[in-house]
Amino acid sequence: MPSAQRLPRRLAGCGIAAIILQILAFTPATAAADRTLTDPVIIRIDNFTFAPQALTVAPGTRVTWVNGDDIPHTVVAQNKLFRSKTLDTDDRFTFTFQAPGEYAYFCSLHPHMTGTVVVKASTD
Amino acid sequence: MQHPDNPSARGTMSRRGVLECMTWAGTGLLWSLGGGVPSAMGLDRALAAEAPPAPFTFLQISDSHVGFNKPANPDALGTLREAVAQIRRLPDKPAFIIHTGDISHLSKDQEFDDADQILREIGLPLFFVPGEHDLLDDGQGRSYLDRYGKGTRGAGWYSFEQQGVHFIGLVNVVDLKAGGLGNLGADQLDWLERDVAGLASSMPIVVFAHIPLWTVYPEWGWGTQDGARVLGCLKRFGSVTVLNGHIHQIIQKVEGNVAFHTARSTAFPQPAPGTAPSPGPMKVPAGELRRVLGITSVRFVRGSEPLAIIDTPLAG
Ligand SMILES: [Cu+2]
Repeated sequence: MPSAQRLPRRLAGCGIAAIILQILAFTPATAAADRTLTDPVIIRIDNFTFAPQALTVAPGTRVTWVNGDDIPHTVVAQNKLFRSKTLDTDDRFTFTFQAPGEYAYFCSLHPHMTGTVVVKASTD
Repeated sequence: MQHPDNPSARGTMSRRGVLECMTWAGTGLLWSLGGGVPSAMGLDRALAAEAPPAPFTFLQISDSHVGFNKPANPDALGTLREAVAQIRRLPDKPAFIIHTGDISHLSKDQEFDDADQILREIGLPLFFVPGEHDLLDDGQGRSYLDRYGKGTRGAGWYSFEQQGVHFIGLVNVVDLKAGGLGNLGADQLDWLERDVAGLASSMPIVVFAHIPLWTVYPEWGWGTQDGARVLGCLKRFGSVTVLNGHIHQIIQKVEGNVAFHTARSTAFPQPAPGTAPSPGPMKVPAGELRRVLGITSVRFVRGSEPLAIIDTPLAG
């Protein structure tokens, strides 16, 4: 697994519980053992860089980008599946990845900023 | 560098005309572009030098980022106000102002309103091109076009003539491609080709756009991927000056008949290419902020001889 930052457990309140239920509803095949793979994941934007730049998650994972820069950024899928509004400092954008595949994205303001989310059903 | 006797440009140096470009930065620095050959000297020396023939002057202002309030400059509106006051104190009134984009920080109506109110106090005609920060509204640029797009084409490009100089405002911040740089697109380039087709090669050309049209530092996106086509279109002209913003610092170079120049921001400085982890706002000690912000004045003088390159570091 990439070294993505996980949301702290103590933040996992009713909202997270509801999300996990929802995810389970979407992917009933996901066993309890796999549940950690669909834990919400954070991608940080610092110094005009997405970190981790490449991320692998299980279907149904909520991925949240957080902008830590003093300059606004956006998160735009190259296949147009998602497009954030402008994220000013500390603003967040969340997208839940359902279908397996490779999702390349970039910042439409600073297109040299690129990243990838790989959605894979199993972890070998 | 262009040789003064280069016969490839039609007409002599005196017919080609000369561009002089002055840049203030607290203690003052003056750039002179003579027939595409730049020189820089301290403002003190420049003021003491012999006055050139009656010039035609215009001003470039850039990257005002109205709405920015982060540590690098908590009051970007205040420093824009100071820049405007500086312009109003100029002894030679410029003919007009060119703003090379990032008028606002987040394209909010309030930011555009505040910028407009302050810029209008200059009392001179204003010409704009957008920066990427001006196209962040939900309509992805609708706001900008509603305010500044009258009489422009496409995403806001246009040209006009003043005192025998042809000015071209280009937009290279729209439809940027993943992994790429600034982008003009085929429509705009086709228009540019038609726009300059009928012009005499002796006509001086000034091109302005937000992101540098030449490659300054691709690792930070400081360049325009199809910028070379602009230069191709303008190859036959004897005097071409390219004015950009975006990188919040002065970088300039000369290539043949083309002089490239980027202006300072009125809001905050950015690091020199590759000298920091990112191109984000650079925090300098409070007393030094105004030394790295500024405005640019461009002076057009007919009949002057070209100057040799004299690079003198910033005084102070
Ligand atoms: Cu960005």
